[in-house]
Amino acid sequence: MAGFDKVVSSYEEAMAGLTDNMTIIAGGFGLCGIPENLIAEIKRKGTKGLTLVSNNCGVDDFGLGVLLPNRQIKKIIASYVGENAEFERQMMAGELEVELTPQGTLAEKMRAGGAGIPAFFTATGVGTPVAEGKEERSFNGRDYILEEAITGDFAIVKAWKADRYGNLVFRKTARNFNPLAATAGKITVVEVEEIVEVGELDPDQIHTPGIYVNRVIKGSFEKRIEQRTTRPADSETAQPKHQGE
Amino acid sequence: MALSREQIAQRVAQELKDGYYVNLGIGIPTLVANFVPKGIEVMLQSENGLLGMGQFPTEGEIDADLINAGKQTVTMATGASIFDSAESFAMIRGGHVDLTVLGAFEVDVHGNIASYMIPGKLIKGMGGAMDLVAGADNIIVTMTHASKHGVSKLLNNCSLPLTGKGCIKKVLTDLAFIEIKQGKFHLLERAPGVTVEEIIKLTEGELIVNGDIPEMKF
Repeated sequence: MAGFDKVVSSYEEAMAGLTDNMTIIAGGFGLCGIPENLIAEIKRKGTKGLTLVSNNCGVDDFGLGVLLPNRQIKKIIASYVGENAEFERQMMAGELEVELTPQGTLAEKMRAGGAGIPAFFTATGVGTPVAEGKEERSFNGRDYILEEAITGDFAIVKAWKADRYGNLVFRKTARNFNPLAATAGKITVVEVEEIVEVGELDPDQIHTPGIYVNRVIKGSFEKRIEQRTTRPADSETAQPKHQGE
Repeated sequence: MALSREQIAQRVAQELKDGYYVNLGIGIPTLVANFVPKGIEVMLQSENGLLGMGQFPTEGEIDADLINAGKQTVTMATGASIFDSAESFAMIRGGHVDLTVLGAFEVDVHGNIASYMIPGKLIKGMGGAMDLVAGADNIIVTMTHASKHGVSKLLNNCSLPLTGKGCIKKVLTDLAFIEIKQGKFHLLERAPGVTVEEIIKLTEGELIVNGDIPEMKF
């Protein structure tokens, strides 16, 4: 690597320096926009005692769920963890520490962490189990709780395109937590579908500036779909063929 | 007759107004999108980062990068926008969403809602529900009025861990449309063919019945 060139050529290099008991912030919502190959590399490395910060924990055989069978995760901070049998088993058995955090609070914790804001007040969670042990304060007659920011030793991110300087563009709802995670890692590693030359991305259209990014790698992606819902080809209505409950 | 899931959604849809930005939760609330009254425009917000959610895709339109908060494949409506999760919850917490519709296990006369956890049984997490109920002024909760065994879900005090405190003002059940104010339930409408007595019997919290209670119209 020279100058601002962030591109690395192997997944081993991409996750170099990750050691036991580190904290990793991961982008993705469900299985959408997850850094699937970086997760696979963490599994391959066998790093243990990890604290994961991610909205979800994948499914049994894909996404962060693949780190469960070998007990690589010590603790997870997430908003929703409902799609994973092994996760539930480890949580119920007390083998896995789970800190359920409201989705908006989780996003803001990452944003604040990356922006040098140590904590913030939010009305989310007041009067609920989330508020336990947290400072409460009233502003203009309304109660708020103090939530602390999160930073990670690593952030793992999936973007659509990057240039060699690590400027990022995300695609559709695969953006989700990724830009926030990108700001909050001491080492931010991004895997992308396409790497372009510097100058090819329109500066006005860059979602994450390269200053947040340490390493970029080009991957190929399965992009598994969790709930495949369709309408008939000739239908004009929004009637679902399959309805999740 | 108790309302079907579709009828609950249909009655909620009558509360939509032209130009509303709306967040619909998973389950019955999602169905509300199918009953938007003719002649009005609403825009659906999906908290994973999409404003202007469209209908489900055809097989050929499926895009793994385009899902809703229920993780279902969707499309974008014309005029949609995409943003990250912090921006999404800035909209929600900042009070920019005009109407939020979500499900619940229990509500009580204090406007408390329990919707995310049954200790020892169901511990999946709150997702965006705590932010939604804390951020929105205009919330409609959709739920069944009582359990299969006739145990009321409209309580004096919620028994399950709370999703939000003092934030619910309107509840639409399969039996009734109810407003919560001053620490009491107030019966606004009843499902067609359901009597006030039946509703009182299945409502644990104090229920104010003022004059003749109209049937819902569809």
